[in-house]
Amino acid sequence: MAEWEAVIGLEVHVQLATASKLFSGSSTDFGSEPNALTDPTVLGLPGALPALNGRALELAIQLGAAVGSSIRRRSRFARKHYFYPDLPKGYQISQYDQPLCEGGAVELRGSGEARTVRLRRIHMEEDAGKSIHGARGHSLVDLNRAGVPLCEIVSEPDIRSGDEAAEFMRALRQLVRYLGVSGGDMEKGQLRCDANVSVRPAGSERYGTRTELKNINSFRFVKQAIENEIGRQTRILEGGGTIVQETRLWDADAGVSHPMRSKEEAEDYRYFPDPDLPPLEVSDEFLARVEGSLPELPAARFDRLVRDYGLSEDDARTLTQERTLADYFDRAVSAYAESSTKAASGAKALANWIQSELLRELGREGRDAASAPVSPESLAGLVRLIDDGTISGKIAKDVFAKMYASGEPAEAIVEREGLRQITDQGEIEAIAREVVEANPGQVEAYRGGKHKMLGFFVGQVMKRTGGKANPKAVNEILTRLLDAPG
Amino acid sequence: MSDLAFAGVAAQADKVRRKDVSARELTELYLARAEAHSELGAYLHLEPEGALTRAGAIDRALAEGGDPGPLAGVPIALKDILVTEGMTTTAGSKILDGWVPPYDGTAVERLRRAGAVILGKLNMDEFAMGSSGENSSRAVCKNPWDPQRVPGGSSGGSAAAVAAGLCAASLGTDTGGSIRQPASFCGIVGLRPTYGRVSRYGVVAFASSFDQVGPLARTTEDAALLLETIAGPDPRDATSIDAPVPRYRDALNGGAKGLTIGIPDEFSAEHLGTGFDPEVERAVDEARRVLEREGAAVRSISLPHSRYALPTYYLLAPAEASSNLARYDGVRYGRRDAEPGAGLGAVYGETRGRNFGPEVKRRIMLGTYALRSGYYDAYYLKAQKVRSLIARDFARAFEDVDLVLSPTAPTPAFPIGSRADSPLDMYMADVLTLSCNLAGLPGISVPCGFTQNGLPIGMQMLAPALGEETLLRAASAYERASGIAGARPPEVFHG
Amino acid sequence: MKTLTREETRAVAELARLQLSDAELDTIGAELGQILEHMEALAEVDTEGVEPMTHAVPMSIRPRSDEVEASLSAGRAVGAAPDAEDDFFRVPRVIESRGEESS
Repeated sequence: MAEWEAVIGLEVHVQLATASKLFSGSSTDFGSEPNALTDPTVLGLPGALPALNGRALELAIQLGAAVGSSIRRRSRFARKHYFYPDLPKGYQISQYDQPLCEGGAVELRGSGEARTVRLRRIHMEEDAGKSIHGARGHSLVDLNRAGVPLCEIVSEPDIRSGDEAAEFMRALRQLVRYLGVSGGDMEKGQLRCDANVSVRPAGSERYGTRTELKNINSFRFVKQAIENEIGRQTRILEGGGTIVQETRLWDADAGVSHPMRSKEEAEDYRYFPDPDLPPLEVSDEFLARVEGSLPELPAARFDRLVRDYGLSEDDARTLTQERTLADYFDRAVSAYAESSTKAASGAKALANWIQSELLRELGREGRDAASAPVSPESLAGLVRLIDDGTISGKIAKDVFAKMYASGEPAEAIVEREGLRQITDQGEIEAIAREVVEANPGQVEAYRGGKHKMLGFFVGQVMKRTGGKANPKAVNEILTRLLDAPG
Repeated sequence: MSDLAFAGVAAQADKVRRKDVSARELTELYLARAEAHSELGAYLHLEPEGALTRAGAIDRALAEGGDPGPLAGVPIALKDILVTEGMTTTAGSKILDGWVPPYDGTAVERLRRAGAVILGKLNMDEFAMGSSGENSSRAVCKNPWDPQRVPGGSSGGSAAAVAAGLCAASLGTDTGGSIRQPASFCGIVGLRPTYGRVSRYGVVAFASSFDQVGPLARTTEDAALLLETIAGPDPRDATSIDAPVPRYRDALNGGAKGLTIGIPDEFSAEHLGTGFDPEVERAVDEARRVLEREGAAVRSISLPHSRYALPTYYLLAPAEASSNLARYDGVRYGRRDAEPGAGLGAVYGETRGRNFGPEVKRRIMLGTYALRSGYYDAYYLKAQKVRSLIARDFARAFEDVDLVLSPTAPTPAFPIGSRADSPLDMYMADVLTLSCNLAGLPGISVPCGFTQNGLPIGMQMLAPALGEETLLRAASAYERASGIAGARPPEVFHG
Repeated sequence: MKTLTREETRAVAELARLQLSDAELDTIGAELGQILEHMEALAEVDTEGVEPMTHAVPMSIRPRSDEVEASLSAGRAVGAAPDAEDDFFRVPRVIESRGEESS
C-alpha cells in the first residue's frame, strides 16, 4: 500500500485583548446579556462609520513582530461581502490585498523534533456576531461579539499531522499569552482554527485537492478533526476515488465532518478597499517602540533557563509554559541570588519547589502564578532556610503549606512556631546519649550487626526534638555513639 | 411675517438674540408655511412638537441671559439622509419606513449645539440616487418656481424648502452634484465642501468616497455661517480632514479682485455629449463678465479627462453603493417583507427586491456587476485609475487659476417625468458637477439669472481642496455685484 | 446594443440578494447593457502606471484610543428590529452554516 503524506495549513483567528471594539467604543466583555454591548457602528446602523482602535493595531504589530513577520508600513482595510444575519453591514471589514504583516514563522519545539511552520500573513479584521439556532424554525442573533478585534494568522502548508497542528495551536496560544496580545482561551472563542487539509503520496511534490475544515473550537478537536479528515481522504484515494474541493464543518459531538459548500457554490466576496478607512500607515518610530516593548519570548526563555541554570528541558518547558509562571520563577531566582552565591543550585531547588508544591496548590484552586499567595521572594526565602540548615526539607513542606494558607514569609512562621533546626552538636549528642542509654536491647542488636536499627535511633531522636534536629548531625552522632565500643 | 421667512439665517439669529422675534414665533412661522405648502412635497416629515419645545428652551435660555449659540433659534430643516436621534430617518426609501434612529449624526449634533431648531426632514431621491428628486419613495417634490418641473436632485426637498421659504436654510448631501444641481434649479446657494471637511458620521451612506454634507441657503453669508457650524475634524469619521475650521464669514468681503478664474475648454456640448441650453450658457457668460468687472482675471484651462467623469462616476459610486446598501436586510431595522414561513433567503430577496426603488436596484446591480471577481480589474480598478487622472487634471489647472467656472447644470429645471424613461439622459444632468466629487474638491452653485420662462439658472465654481474661503469670496462678490441672490418664487400654493 | 442575458442578470441579482421578476430582470439587463456600453469609453484611456484613487483626499488613519463608550441598551439595540425575541434579533432559521470566514 502507498504511503500517504498529509499537507496542512491553518487559519487561526486570535481575539485581541482590547477593552473596546475594533472600530467603535462598545465593550468586548464576555458573557453579557444578548445585544447589551452594541453601538451604532456595531449594529451597522445607517450612517455609522468605523474608527480604528489604536490598541488593536499595536497588539497586531506586536504579534507580527514576535513571529518575525515583516510589518507593512502601509496596509489597508477591505470589505468582504456576504449576507448572514450576524454580519450587520452585509460585509466584514478585513484586510485583503495589503495585510498588516507578511511572512514570519512559528517554531514548534514540543517533545518531538523541532520544526518551523512558516506564516503567510497576519491581518486584522472584525468578528461577526453569534447566531443561536433556536426552536420553532427561528435563529436568534446576538451582536455582542460583532466588531471584536481579531487577527487572522494564515500559515503556509507546512504542517504534516494532527499532532503538529495541535502543537502549532499550543505554541500560538503560549505566544499570544506571553505577549498579552490575547487571552488565547479557545473556550471563550478567543482562539479559533480552520484547517486546509490535503493528502498526497509520500515524496510527491504536488499538492492534492484540499478541503477546508471549519468550526474547530478546542485543542482536543484540532488533532481529532484533522486526523479524521486525513483518514477520510486517504480512504477515498486508496479506493481510487477523488477528493472534492469543498468546505466541511466539524461536528465535535459526532466526531465527523460534513460537507458545507463546494467550490462551485463558493461566495464571490467582492472585495474592495474600504472607502471609509484611509490607508493604515505605520511609522518607523511606532514600529521601533512596539518592537522595543516586546517581552522575552518563550523560546528564548526556554534556552536561557537550560543554559544559565542547567535546568532539564522538561523543567524549562514546564516553567516557560505560561509567562506568569516563568516570571515567577525568574523573580524567585533573582531574590535568592541576592543573598546567596549559589544561584544555580538555588534555581534548581526553586524549580523543584515550583513544579511540585506550588503548581499542585495553584492547580487545585485553578489559580495563576501571578496571584499565588506565596510570593516568589517568600519562596526564595524558604529555600534559603533549607540551604543554610535553619530548617529541614521535611519541615519546609509544612512551612510551605502554612505560607500558602497565610501568605506569611517562611522566616516568620519558623520563628513563631520554633521550627528552627537543632544543629548544636552538644544538644543533639545529649539527646542521643539519652536514647542510647534508654534502649540497651536495641543497642545490643545494632552492635550485633543489625545496622538497620540505626533508623530506630534516628526516629527516637527526631521524636524527642519534634523533628527539628538536623538529620545529618543526628546520623553522624548516633553512628559514632553506637559504633564506639561499649 | 412672510418677509421674515426669507430674511436669512444670520439676520434671524440676530433678531432672536435681540429678542425682536422669539425662536418660538419664528418656528411657528415656518411650521405654518410648511403646512400651507405641503403640496410642494418638500418635507417628508415635520416635527412640530419637537421644534416648538426646542424653540421654547432657546427663548428661556435667552431670557435667563444665556447664549444659545450662533444659530440661536433659527429653524433649519435636514435632508432625510441625515440621521436624527428620535426623529424618523428614511433616506427617501421604503426600506427604512418608520426608522427612528437612536443617535444624531455629527453635523446634526453641531447644528443643535449652535442653537438651531430642527423643523423636520426633507424629501430626496431614494438614498440620494437621482438628479431630479423624482426617485423619492413618497410624493414627488416640485420646483417652487414651476410646480410642473423637478426641483433637481438628490437634495430636491432641501433646495425647494429653502427657495419657498419653508425653512431658513437646510443641509443636503452632494455625492455627484446633489447639493449644487438642485440649488441651481431652485435659485439658491448650494455649497459642497471639500471631501472630509464635514463629518459623514450619521449620514446614510450612498457612495462613501464621494458623499459630503453641505448647506443650501438663500445667501453666501448663510452658507458660510452653516459651514462654519458643521465643519471640522471628527474622531468618528476616519476620512474627516484634521484641519482647523476658519471663520468662513470673514472670507465674504474679500472681493473678486486678484482672483484668476479658469473656464474649462472641455465643459462643452461636443466634449460631454449633451446639449447645453443657450439661455444657461448666456447667463453664465454674463456672470463671468460681472466677475471680470469686479477685478477677476479669466482664462481658459484644460481638463482633458472631463468626458470620462460620467462613466467613471457611474462605475465607482454604484460599486460603493452596492456595498453600503447591503446592510438593508430586514434584520435589525427597517422593513422586512416576506411570505409567512419564508426562509432567510426569501426574506433577504423580497425585503430588498420590494422595498428598494428602480433606480436604487439599478445601481446596486451595476455596482455588484462591477465588483465581481473577474470583472473588478476591468471596471472598478480601471475607473479608479481614471479617477486619478481626473484629479490630476484639476491639480494642474489649479496651478494656474484659483477657481473653475461653469454652469452648474447643462439645463434649467426640466419637466417632471421628462427623463424618467432613460437613466443615461438623467445621469447627464450631473455631467458638470460630478468631476468635482471625483477629485474630492469643494464647489458652489450660485444663482446667476433666469430663463425667459422664469426658471433659475445657477453657475458653479470649483476650488482646490480646502478652498471654501476662495469659493465664498468669489460667490459673495458676484452676489453683491449682480444683485440676483434672494429672489423669491411666486407663492403658488399659498392659501 | 449590448444587453445582459436574463441568466447573467439573475446571477448578479442573486449576489445582491435582490429578488426580481423576469420582467424586471429583462428591463435591468437591457439598461445595464446600455450603461456598460457607455462605460466602455474608459477602456480607451491610457492608465499605464497610474495609481488607482481609492480616497478622494490623501490621508491616513488616525487611530483612536482604546476607550469603552456607553453601549446602547439591548432594548434600544433591538427596538427597531422587524422581529425580535428576548433581546435577540429573530430571523428564519439559518439552515446552511455561515457562508464566510477566512480568506
